[in-house]
Amino acid sequence: MIVFENVDKWYGEYHALNNINETVSKGEVVVVCGPSGSGKSTLIRTVNRLEPIQKGRITIDGRDVNGSDVDVNELRSHIGFVFQQFNLFPHLSVARNVMLAPMRVHKVSEKTARETAMDLLDKVGLAHKADEFPPRLSGGQQQRVAIARALAMKPPVMLFDEPTSALDPELVGEVLNVMKQLASEGMTMVCVTHEMGFAREVADRVIFMDSGAVLERASPDDFFQRPQHPRAQKFVSDIRH
Amino acid sequence: MQDIIDILRNYGLLLTIGQFPEGPIGGLALTLILALTGLVLSFPLSVLIGVGRISPNPVAVKLSTAFVYIVRALPLLMLIFWAYFIVPLIIGRTVSGLTTVIVALVVYETAYLAEVVRAAILALPKGQAEASRSLGLSYFQTMKDIILPQALFNAIPSILNQFISLVKNTSVAYIISVDELTYAAYQVNAQLLTKPVQVYIILAAIYFIICFSLNRLVKLVEKRIHTSRQAPIAAEAAA
Repeated sequence: MIVFENVDKWYGEYHALNNINETVSKGEVVVVCGPSGSGKSTLIRTVNRLEPIQKGRITIDGRDVNGSDVDVNELRSHIGFVFQQFNLFPHLSVARNVMLAPMRVHKVSEKTARETAMDLLDKVGLAHKADEFPPRLSGGQQQRVAIARALAMKPPVMLFDEPTSALDPELVGEVLNVMKQLASEGMTMVCVTHEMGFAREVADRVIFMDSGAVLERASPDDFFQRPQHPRAQKFVSDIRH
Repeated sequence: MQDIIDILRNYGLLLTIGQFPEGPIGGLALTLILALTGLVLSFPLSVLIGVGRISPNPVAVKLSTAFVYIVRALPLLMLIFWAYFIVPLIIGRTVSGLTTVIVALVVYETAYLAEVVRAAILALPKGQAEASRSLGLSYFQTMKDIILPQALFNAIPSILNQFISLVKNTSVAYIISVDELTYAAYQVNAQLLTKPVQVYIILAAIYFIICFSLNRLVKLVEKRIHTSRQAPIAAEAAA
């Protein structure tokens, strides 16, 4: 479904992504982990073109993401993206946050958009907050709304960029539960996260990155029990403590 | 002091509304009309130029940046002279002093307000535009629905500040005999001849009262906006 072929990216002199070759299949849940600055956020941000690449090719269902014939807005409307900082729109109510993209991009009626939004908010357990404004919600609630907002476009794939890193520990669980539910429904997911429990429970595969390169690919159990690469070993032992 | 009271008694109406309703409106009323018209007309233009300054389109950036840099490097008085001579050339007929002043004020104010708009946009977290674009909204939809509503709301105190300086700037209209407050005071002084200090104390007092009140209003609005911005931080702290 998502294929990276010899992808390289530089920020000036800095080699942010170094010859990435990966394939994410339909329905697969892939966890990307690695120390900070290893390029994992950059990697998933290249998938919906928030970051351009300088070499190689990224395709989604065979379409070149950076192709000159690609309508970037249309492309992005099929890729759900969840940010570390939630990035809800603070001037719009929770329901409006979820309704906005379907109304503007898919031009659905306000009524239909509202119905979809309420279904999704119900799914993430926040239907009762529909008319609140985001700043009044806790971080965990905001992130669940952000997930609902992304799902409103009915994307076949969801990307998560450290969705729980900005949350207080006791709020992490409610967000992970929503993500687990999504995974169990067969959503294709790429998650940048350090949540070992989540990776073990739902990930099909763990990708370990450092210095812009993929150093290890393994099943979650293998990765966390028997990391092979020395840097992966150090990383796994570091996040345990 | 008695002089001042006498002047106010005899010329108060002239200073506040000019010859209105028998003749054209003038004095303080015209000053406020000029300032308000200037703000209302320059606001949409400044949004256009301010957005253009940080647009992904290099031509828009160059044009709007050139406009802002040129206008900000010129004295307002010069813009009035230019408008006085150039606007008739462009539209092919003479224009009133009032139109001249409004054109000059709008051009001048647009350059400064555009910088306010630009700063307000840049002050928003980058994630707002990223989230909107990631949902598939276009650049223009993102500007209209996400960026501008937030940025312009946050910019209200700065916009009001610009309005205060606009109120004061209308006084240069006096140079081409537009009958606003300063010109009215100048006329009063010309009639009395012997009381310039008193007349110009009155003039200063009127400007001061208007601008001081507006300043207090800005403080009040700033406070309100500050409280509404505090909410997210409070929610995070509670989270």
